Amino acid sequence: MINFLLFPIIVPFFVAMVLLFFPSKVKAQRTITMLALVINLVISLRLIHLVHTKGIQVVTLGSWDAPFGISMVSDMFSALLVTSTSIIALFVVWTSMFSVGIEREKHFYYPGILFLLTGVNGAFTTGDIFNMFVFFEVLLMASYLLIVLGGEKKQLRESIKYILVNVTSSALFVITVGYLYAVVGTLNMADISQKIAQVNQPGILTVIAVLFLVVFGFKSAIFPLFFWLPKSYAAPPIPVLALFGALLTKVGVYAIIRTYTLFFIHDTAFTHELLMILSIITIVFGLIGALAYFDVKQIIIYNIIIAVGVILFGASIMNETAMEGAIFYLLHDILLKGALFLLIGVLIHVTGTTNLRKMGGVLSTHPVLAWSYLIAAFGLVGIPPLSGFIGKLLIVKGAIEGDELILSLVILLSSLGVLLSVIRIFIHAFWGEAPQEVMYKKDAHYRALLVPAVIITAITVFYGVGAEVLMPYVTQATSTLMNPLEYIQAVLGGA
Amino acid sequence: MKTNDVILQTTANIVFFIIFLFSIHIFFAGHYAPGGGFVGGLLTSSAIVLLLLAYDLKTISTALPINYVVMTAIGLLIAITTAAASIMFNMPFFTHAYDYYDLPLLGKQSLHSAMAFDLGVYLVVVGVTMTIIQTIGADD
Repeated sequence: MINFLLFPIIVPFFVAMVLLFFPSKVKAQRTITMLALVINLVISLRLIHLVHTKGIQVVTLGSWDAPFGISMVSDMFSALLVTSTSIIALFVVWTSMFSVGIEREKHFYYPGILFLLTGVNGAFTTGDIFNMFVFFEVLLMASYLLIVLGGEKKQLRESIKYILVNVTSSALFVITVGYLYAVVGTLNMADISQKIAQVNQPGILTVIAVLFLVVFGFKSAIFPLFFWLPKSYAAPPIPVLALFGALLTKVGVYAIIRTYTLFFIHDTAFTHELLMILSIITIVFGLIGALAYFDVKQIIIYNIIIAVGVILFGASIMNETAMEGAIFYLLHDILLKGALFLLIGVLIHVTGTTNLRKMGGVLSTHPVLAWSYLIAAFGLVGIPPLSGFIGKLLIVKGAIEGDELILSLVILLSSLGVLLSVIRIFIHAFWGEAPQEVMYKKDAHYRALLVPAVIITAITVFYGVGAEVLMPYVTQATSTLMNPLEYIQAVLGGA
Repeated sequence: MKTNDVILQTTANIVFFIIFLFSIHIFFAGHYAPGGGFVGGLLTSSAIVLLLLAYDLKTISTALPINYVVMTAIGLLIAITTAAASIMFNMPFFTHAYDYYDLPLLGKQSLHSAMAFDLGVYLVVVGVTMTIIQTIGADD
């Protein structure tokens, strides 16, 4: 089955098309979407197994030879990301059934999510830089739909900003690919890497590397380019926010890691130094935001920015330990951000507000929610048995090996800031006395929302406790990233 | 006062068929000459837009009772099934097939499965363009 690695892209795409035929039959839409996502998850787990036992999977579309057709490449890094994507999508759709409302569901909500999934999985799997642009557009178009669907005033305002920023950065993406094509004359990523190695990365390619950093920095919200994210992400309903927060910025992070480990590896003194500095400033600014707000949504949204900084810092060091840590942290962050947003969604449903000052004493009425939140929060900070620990440990260890002692201290101190920001939610919302005039809801709706949120929190706990089981997969992903020759040989053959 | 646009309507009736046939021609020419599904689809929808200008939305939707959203979905389905057909033969996705056939009237012609993909593109373009125009037009 040479086409197997394409199935995580084709299945959601195909199902989304089928769902276009009967938008108002909400029950059928829900059932088919859930079924498709379960199938998708099974397929992506099989894909991990396939890549683990048989090495990097490649198929070049249309039976053309490698640099001329579009290559789709599934190495361990992309297979792991595709699987995390499938898990998150499954839980987001599960929650959506109870919380986005019939009106939204009737207007192509589920096809929107499935098209978004097509784009994300495609961007993780493609081996062609222009095809990556196309998949970016696929996921962005779907995200435009999801951010504006419902037509509330806030959504309309924020979607204008979101679309403007993304149209600009997409135009810049095309220009950058144009420059790169003018220099190396190819679009296949393995071939680009080989051509760059032949010319030994002259100055113009370093310029292109920085342009790529700007383009993907817009998508992944790194330091000077994150300004659009906090307000835009607060506009759509919670399940959409969970999907965006868990996936969209990570596609940008993936693209940065891919280009900076495959293309621009001959003059790392400038490019990777720049990436390192920017990611540290990203962490600092994210921390300032996370500590400044008394709004639960904003606190978690700024934590997305912090995590992007931590992952990119790990990737910029360019040694095996730190790269392993970055991959661990990236996967952890996809799952955990999904879990945190879903839990916050339950909290907002219960209290009816996002303002921390108006909450209090939820622990005594909703203990399951409270303890799940505490576990997720500790996981985010990286307290040992939980999921964030091993990633950050490896990043810090790699940073010390790479003689970046002071910067690794920044990472450790940032954990304290993250702890403060998320534990503030716990203290203000869960401890203390409830304000007198509020009656907290504890209905069937609350339980329906709680179940997926708790299950995904449990998955993040298993992710942390079972790090030993995951280690060989992450090691394999790292070895492909650190030795681009493996990737080139898999795509182009023995050349 | 209701204006009498009999000249516009009579011309539109004739010109519609000329544009429509030209769009079909452009669509079939795509493999060897400039043209293809995208321009073909745009030309077809421009022919329908001409009718919309000459008459009104309601008349046209009775004359052409098409749900354009479904049309888009059918186009997408045709495109992906063409691309996915190669999976059945264990060839890479998107591998096309072609052969030469002796067709009645047309003589020896090559039939290429890229044609079916182009048909999908054509339907999607017509469907999307008409959905946009109809939705904006019907909005008060």
